[in-house]
Amino acid sequence: MDSGRISRRHVLQGGAALTLGAAAGLRPAFAAETTIGFIYVGSRDDYGYNQAHAQGAAALKKIPGLKVVEEEKVPETDAVEKTIESMINLDGATLLFPTSFGYYNPHMIKMANKYPKLRFEHCGGLWSEKDPKNAGSYFGYIDEAQYISGIVAGLTSKSSKLGFVAAKPIPQVLRNINAFTLGAKSVNPKATTQVIFTGDWSMPVKEAEATNSLIDQGVDVLTCHVDGPKTMVENAARRGAFVCGYHTNQSALAPKAYLTGAEWNWEALYPKFVKMIASGEGIPNFYRGGLKEEIVKTSPYGEAVSAEARKAADEAKAKFLSAEGYAIFKGGLVDNKGKTVIPAGTNRGQKDPELEKMDYLVEGVLGATS
Amino acid sequence: MADGSIGLWTVPLAVLGGAIRVSTPFLFVSLGECITERAGRINLGLEGTLVMGAMSAYGISYLTGSPWLGVLAAGITGALLGALHAGICSLPRVNDVAVGIALMLFGTGLAFYLGKPLIEPTAPRLPAVDFGWWSDIPQVQAALRINVLFLIGVALAPILYWAFRTTRWGLLIRTAGESADAARAMGHSVLLIRLRATMAGGFLAGIGGSFLSLFYPGSWNEGLSSGQGITAVALVIFARWDPLLCLWASLAFGGAAALGPALQSVGVTSGYHLFNAAPYILTLAIMIITCSPKRTLTGAPAELSITR
Repeated sequence: MDSGRISRRHVLQGGAALTLGAAAGLRPAFAAETTIGFIYVGSRDDYGYNQAHAQGAAALKKIPGLKVVEEEKVPETDAVEKTIESMINLDGATLLFPTSFGYYNPHMIKMANKYPKLRFEHCGGLWSEKDPKNAGSYFGYIDEAQYISGIVAGLTSKSSKLGFVAAKPIPQVLRNINAFTLGAKSVNPKATTQVIFTGDWSMPVKEAEATNSLIDQGVDVLTCHVDGPKTMVENAARRGAFVCGYHTNQSALAPKAYLTGAEWNWEALYPKFVKMIASGEGIPNFYRGGLKEEIVKTSPYGEAVSAEARKAADEAKAKFLSAEGYAIFKGGLVDNKGKTVIPAGTNRGQKDPELEKMDYLVEGVLGATS
Repeated sequence: MADGSIGLWTVPLAVLGGAIRVSTPFLFVSLGECITERAGRINLGLEGTLVMGAMSAYGISYLTGSPWLGVLAAGITGALLGALHAGICSLPRVNDVAVGIALMLFGTGLAFYLGKPLIEPTAPRLPAVDFGWWSDIPQVQAALRINVLFLIGVALAPILYWAFRTTRWGLLIRTAGESADAARAMGHSVLLIRLRATMAGGFLAGIGGSFLSLFYPGSWNEGLSSGQGITAVALVIFARWDPLLCLWASLAFGGAAALGPALQSVGVTSGYHLFNAAPYILTLAIMIITCSPKRTLTGAPAELSITR
């Protein structure tokens, strides 16, 4: 299937300039056949971040009148600019999704300036007023789903020791670790989360070693924030521990050990984006949301999840879905060094930009950010 | 203890377990490279061979349902890549280091390309032998769940050591590595000896790759090797072209790789980047201790392009 796509592109190079290329950049709005380009930093079937986006792209393929072109393993360098150019000039793409964090600045911004009539949507970037108006960024508050994973983990663990295999101590990762821990502590005050940082996004041997070390310490429920959770899920399940997934649903890898997971829900969001454009209202330049906005979701509960845990998790989910929402990071929050990081009385709701600068681990997390 | 934790004992246990689990690919690649370099060639392409081995083992194991056929396929793939290296190097005025780098890129690129559809499926894994039956501590049992490939590798090191010293084949390989002229004078084809030595090296490196995908971490993905093949080639120099030292060096590297995660798990969290870099610090330290401005590397085959 991949070879098919690559060779197709080569074949297209000949006739493309005549048929598609001339139309690119001139289209006022979406014509009958609209082409959407997706660019991934890794492979589309990594059981992780890229697969989640590819599932979103697959949802668009089902909509009549839409054509989706994809390219994998595009590094976060000017290579992405070349890919964008070729998608625009050869395939006639008018809406582009460069999905990896490092594509945003300067690469996607540069392309958005060069092709002002096309639309660029970036996952995870921080669009601001000074960026081009035809560019936008979207992201999900996946910590809500991690909070629910934490509840299930806290009620499933027998030792009350949870484990978290993390890549790097950046705000997004810390927010997930903290939300997972706070979720667990909300139902099991004794629960602690031991975190191990592997140092990079894809280090299978280190991830496997981290998983084994955590289980040796008595940890019996693990989750992670790395690019491909497959290594952690398989190795933990082999040792008889339970797991909560991340990015996408990994239950097929370990059906008995899989409890639930924090998943992206791009297959709900991307068709919404297309509808926004088709209706003429356009996509907001800065788009954020959580469970309520259907940008993130939780995996269906595994068979090992008790009725009590299901009930507690469903209750928390209902709170997130309610009109007023639910703040995970509430006033009086103390970090694991004993310092108050959110003063009593101020609740940081999910949209609070302060949370995007998170540099601490909350009380109950065993580990350090440096 | 009641909660199933073994506290600080995790660290030595993890280092021991890591030495066993992580060292196997290092061991196979370094033993393979040892054979190749003793014959007078450097094959830097073993990183690519390792990744190709991992991919083909996983693919064959998935398609046939037999992990052992996967191991064999990995070995054959490795030997073919070795033959390619030796074939190109036998042409006049070809630099083996440059060919090795090209084959490293070729091997990893080809493995990623062919391995695309293999990321998702789960292939049958190699079985493990339980050496921890005597202990009722689950952590010890887990650390001592040892793969047969590791045992083969451990046995192979002294066998190679013996073979280099006492067998006719060992002598021929060493002759080709120490003095090509001497080998020619004895009526042997140096190119043929090196072809066989490079193929044997590739065979072992391919098997090292099959351990990665079929045992530990135990699945195919593109970050699987993350430079272990290159590290293993460097280990050979570090081990002074001695198979027995290759074994100890591989074990030390495996143990050092487990140190970072293990220390974090018991709460030694400051400076984890430093502990994660432990294998490399170890290499530097030993290099500095053993180097001397007064002599060249002891044990280096005289025909190697880096020593010549």
